[in-house]
Amino acid sequence: MGCFSAVRGASMLATKGCVLSDNTDTPQEIEQLPLDAWHRRKGARMVPFAGYEMPIQYSAESGGGIVAEHEWTRSQAGLFDVSHMGQLMLTGENVAAELEKLLPGAITTLKPGKVRYSLLIDEDGGILDDLMVTNATPWIEADEEAGTEGHWGDPAYYLVVNGAMKWDDIAHLREHLPDEVTLTHMDEHALVALQGPNAATALNRVMRNTIEDMIFMESVIHDFGEWPLRITRAGYTGEDGFEISVPAEFAESLCDRLCAEIEVRPCGLGARDSLRLEAGLPLYGHDITTETDPVSADLGFALTKRRREEGGWMGHEKVMDVFNSGPARKRVGLTFEGRLPAREGAKVFDDDAEIGRITSGGFSPSLGHPIAMGYLEKSHIEPGTEVEVEVRNKRLPAKVTTMPFVPHRYHRGK
Amino acid sequence: MARYFTEEHEWIDLEGDTATVGITDYAQGQLGDIVFVELPESGTMLEKGKDAAVVESVKAASDVYAPISGEVTEANSALEDDPALVNTSPEEDGWFFRMTVSDKSQLEGLMDDKAYKSFCDEL
Repeated sequence: MGCFSAVRGASMLATKGCVLSDNTDTPQEIEQLPLDAWHRRKGARMVPFAGYEMPIQYSAESGGGIVAEHEWTRSQAGLFDVSHMGQLMLTGENVAAELEKLLPGAITTLKPGKVRYSLLIDEDGGILDDLMVTNATPWIEADEEAGTEGHWGDPAYYLVVNGAMKWDDIAHLREHLPDEVTLTHMDEHALVALQGPNAATALNRVMRNTIEDMIFMESVIHDFGEWPLRITRAGYTGEDGFEISVPAEFAESLCDRLCAEIEVRPCGLGARDSLRLEAGLPLYGHDITTETDPVSADLGFALTKRRREEGGWMGHEKVMDVFNSGPARKRVGLTFEGRLPAREGAKVFDDDAEIGRITSGGFSPSLGHPIAMGYLEKSHIEPGTEVEVEVRNKRLPAKVTTMPFVPHRYHRGK
Repeated sequence: MARYFTEEHEWIDLEGDTATVGITDYAQGQLGDIVFVELPESGTMLEKGKDAAVVESVKAASDVYAPISGEVTEANSALEDDPALVNTSPEEDGWFFRMTVSDKSQLEGLMDDKAYKSFCDEL
């Protein structure tokens, strides 16, 4: 058993076609995150990921396992540690306008408390990273003694970027943002995601209903006792849910508090990957890279109309060339019958012609059959198109399908 | 009947000249939920250390190498319909294949139950 030649937790994952490894240069030192000991107490199997020891799954004795955690998140609420991700705070006078020079989303019109998905684009139109941008400008309460009315404070933008890319992102931002913009890497904060149809029920019970008015892609500062939290209604599973930024020193207490609720169980990176795949959400370094552009990646929704027309952002011209002429290849979903999964790197054929490549693939626990996403030539991207995917010299029949594979259940309000 | 274990986490039951091969409970625990097992067909000649089978878990595909050389005489068809048998009964119902033993000396140096247990404890 090749991969078994050293079955020592992490090395188990160093098997072919595995997406749960970051594809950047592995740092010399694997670091521990604030919740490291907490995970180990919960029976997690820890693996190196994005330079950190991260929980891939929890022990079967405590109800863990990738499929069990996946199903728990689809039916209840899973608690994921995503503290490897980069949390950045940008402040300064013209920070929104400056940020717009580096990404194609509308940031100047993003209202305080609102969140937007966006992309850092390089000069060739390739994707440097995908990220969430929150207008974190604080509301300053009226002060009768000082005679001031309530007003918005100095502009601030909270960014969450991929763990494996955060150092490159920070360097890119520092290089291209003017000195007037201050970038703070919030590396003293943990980030946890509570995801699932019962996430809101559980969190509202814990937080005494203070977050019940939030809708998808909104973010608030919430002081829970002595814990200053930032709670954002968003996630990476396709389910309703929240991401909670918490100072590292309170992270364990917060996770214990959340896991005390009957709906909440800890879930690992393994389930996070199968959940996001079912939700059709791209994984940076696999489904999107500097070799892919936002249009080919089917992320056109991140290109705001005004920004497309006005330009003024890095890579605009290159991206608009693809936008106007249409991409040669596009990211689509594929579904398979049977049980054999096609994984990253598998070639897609129409008869003898190679027409694409799988970028993420696996077995869908919710659907009971394999699913994948990949880039196919434009002649083959219509839903329903039948293609073949090569796995170990076998041709698996597959069908092009729209994503998500499993419908999103975001809480968008009335 | 003698049971042997490899450092690659396979078990081999030897009964006369026939060996039954599977992966250990430790191995299935490391792999996690198994969704597909690709087994060699009867008549396939296996060479020690070369590809014999592939186990697909939710997270990854893993090769299973032949622990000894010989000819496959039977693959466990129950795994086609229920690959999760490898998780629920790895060392009994979830066996992979049966094979002839070309060279019994290849079994020398493999671990017994007790040695394998202490091997796993060290991992």
